[in-house]
Amino acid sequence: MANAVLTIATDERVSARNPLQKLLVRPEIGALVGALVLFVFFSAIAPVFLQPSSLATVLYGSSTIGIMAVGVALLMIGGEFDLSTGVAVITSALSASMFSWYFSTNVWVGVAFALVVSLGIGFINGWILVKTKLPSFIVTLASFLMLAGLNLGLTRMIGGAVATPSVSDLDGFDAARVLFASTVKIAGVDVTITVFIWIALVAVASWVLLRTKVGNWIFASGGDANAARAVGVPVTKTKIGLFMAVGFCGWILGMHNLFAFNTVQSGEGVGNEFLYIIAAVIGGCLLTGGYGSAVGGAIGAFIFGMANKGIVYAQWNPDWFKFFLGLMLLLATIVNLIVKRRADSSK
Amino acid sequence: MNAKQIDQQQLLKDEKDPLTHTPVHLLSLENVGKHYGNIVALTDVTMAVDNGRVTCVLGDNGAGKSTLIKIIAGLHQHDEGVLHIMGEERKFGSPRDALDAGIATVYQDLAVVPLMPIWRNFFLGSELTSGFGPFKSMDVQKMKDITKKELADMGIDLRDVEQPIGQLSGGERQCVAIARAVYFGAKVLILDEPTAALGVKQSGVVLRYILQARDRGLGVIFITHNPHHAFPVGDRFLLLKRGKSIGYYDKKDITLDELTAQMAGGAELAELAHELEQLGGHGDIVKEVQAEVAEAASAGTPTQLRA
Repeated sequence: MANAVLTIATDERVSARNPLQKLLVRPEIGALVGALVLFVFFSAIAPVFLQPSSLATVLYGSSTIGIMAVGVALLMIGGEFDLSTGVAVITSALSASMFSWYFSTNVWVGVAFALVVSLGIGFINGWILVKTKLPSFIVTLASFLMLAGLNLGLTRMIGGAVATPSVSDLDGFDAARVLFASTVKIAGVDVTITVFIWIALVAVASWVLLRTKVGNWIFASGGDANAARAVGVPVTKTKIGLFMAVGFCGWILGMHNLFAFNTVQSGEGVGNEFLYIIAAVIGGCLLTGGYGSAVGGAIGAFIFGMANKGIVYAQWNPDWFKFFLGLMLLLATIVNLIVKRRADSSK
Repeated sequence: MNAKQIDQQQLLKDEKDPLTHTPVHLLSLENVGKHYGNIVALTDVTMAVDNGRVTCVLGDNGAGKSTLIKIIAGLHQHDEGVLHIMGEERKFGSPRDALDAGIATVYQDLAVVPLMPIWRNFFLGSELTSGFGPFKSMDVQKMKDITKKELADMGIDLRDVEQPIGQLSGGERQCVAIARAVYFGAKVLILDEPTAALGVKQSGVVLRYILQARDRGLGVIFITHNPHHAFPVGDRFLLLKRGKSIGYYDKKDITLDELTAQMAGGAELAELAHELEQLGGHGDIVKEVQAEVAEAASAGTPTQLRA
């Protein structure tokens, strides 16, 4: 008995997976197919869509959603979501602008202050979540409302208007603009720097998710938090860290908004949180957590960018955009569901 | 009845245990108790675990089995009594503490994340990394190789360690969880009802892995409510009922029938028969219960492990 070789017979009903099946189990496959279809569709009906300058515009539009979608996708894989992201972006931009304007400092001081504020918002969201064990829907809905109120209230209290004064005269503005809102010429086309920041963020997030132990913890925290805790994964730290990562992405986008337009409207940002979540969901992230990818979120954002600008290039009425977005969301999630069921159907 | 301390020297003298070189138990509980608010979940439990021995904890639902393992696994802290690891008194603050002390638990729900690949689950919480500082990345290939090899050593031949663990059968998942605990240097392996949700054949497979783990020198705590699963693999049996120990036996002092009778609770059945009679209950049922009482009595009262 002691040294008997024990074997479980290999299940003859399971055949080896072929490469196509391997590709099909990738979380972002549904979004990839959708993106290709959409790309071909708009290329066919609006030839201007294929011009390099149009593509640069589409990419820019995608990047402003995609930068946030990276953080939001990671957070969703970690099993939570954040409704405060839309206004938190504006909070970040407001903090930087109001701080440097009110204290007449170099804008970089304001930029650093905004980073602290953004990470702080993420930390507080995560901390309240793990301490109270309330669903993230409630916690971040509350912070969404509070931040929206603070944005309006504090801006009027400090600056006396609904928009912040321009920061373009302050020291350091030009350098900050280069980092957050410049354009780079590639083959004669101006590409906004956010596109490159977006790509870099996706690459870093993918590496973290797939190749580091923190990535393992993110999947586990979202997949089964109790199981993860039982084998020694620091689930609370992981979740708080994810909210802070979302805060970091919000800071980058907030700084872009500030230095691209010099001033910030305090009432903006409401509703954008859904765009980020939609991008992540279209990209294959499960609402229940534990499944998804950073690349998927990026493809989701790209779909959004294509639909948004493609409708304009096709000279349709932009009123239809929201309907289109809703349809895309529904189709993409259904495709994801079918693909996932088929891939995991051996249960 | 057995609330007194185990005489450790006595216990070890009674057993031939080549793997234990020290005069202390690998793990022992003395008069351990736990209450949640005013609800007493466990009182006065005494048991020991040694290398290369399987200690079975038997009891019906609500007997306190889960509370007992949660204390040993570090999920809860005991309020009374002492927990010794290698003779040293300990109280675990978290599952991590217990893991660091070499106590690994395979939970009923297995503590695996179904959507994650087998190799990620295998190393979850103890990932291998290479590189420095912020560029530390997981050694994916090495982790996959080790997973494959460790599972092969336990006799599980997996085609692809990349497949989600949720696709494996219950028995296979159980075995992965056991292999994981063994690989990460567990000295004490706690198995929480590993056969509860399995069919007959799968249960047999898991029971064989329990013996394999034992033969590798681990001290195994096997929690179950099935005496037919416990008896063939166990060396010692602790019976729990309503948070109390109702018996602690060495294998040589008890038979399967006796164990089953103890589990069924002879005294309680007698009481029930009496009650039914008083209430003028249905004759057939009373007779049936009385027959069971007689059966339990004929199985006799075995000598308890001196406790």
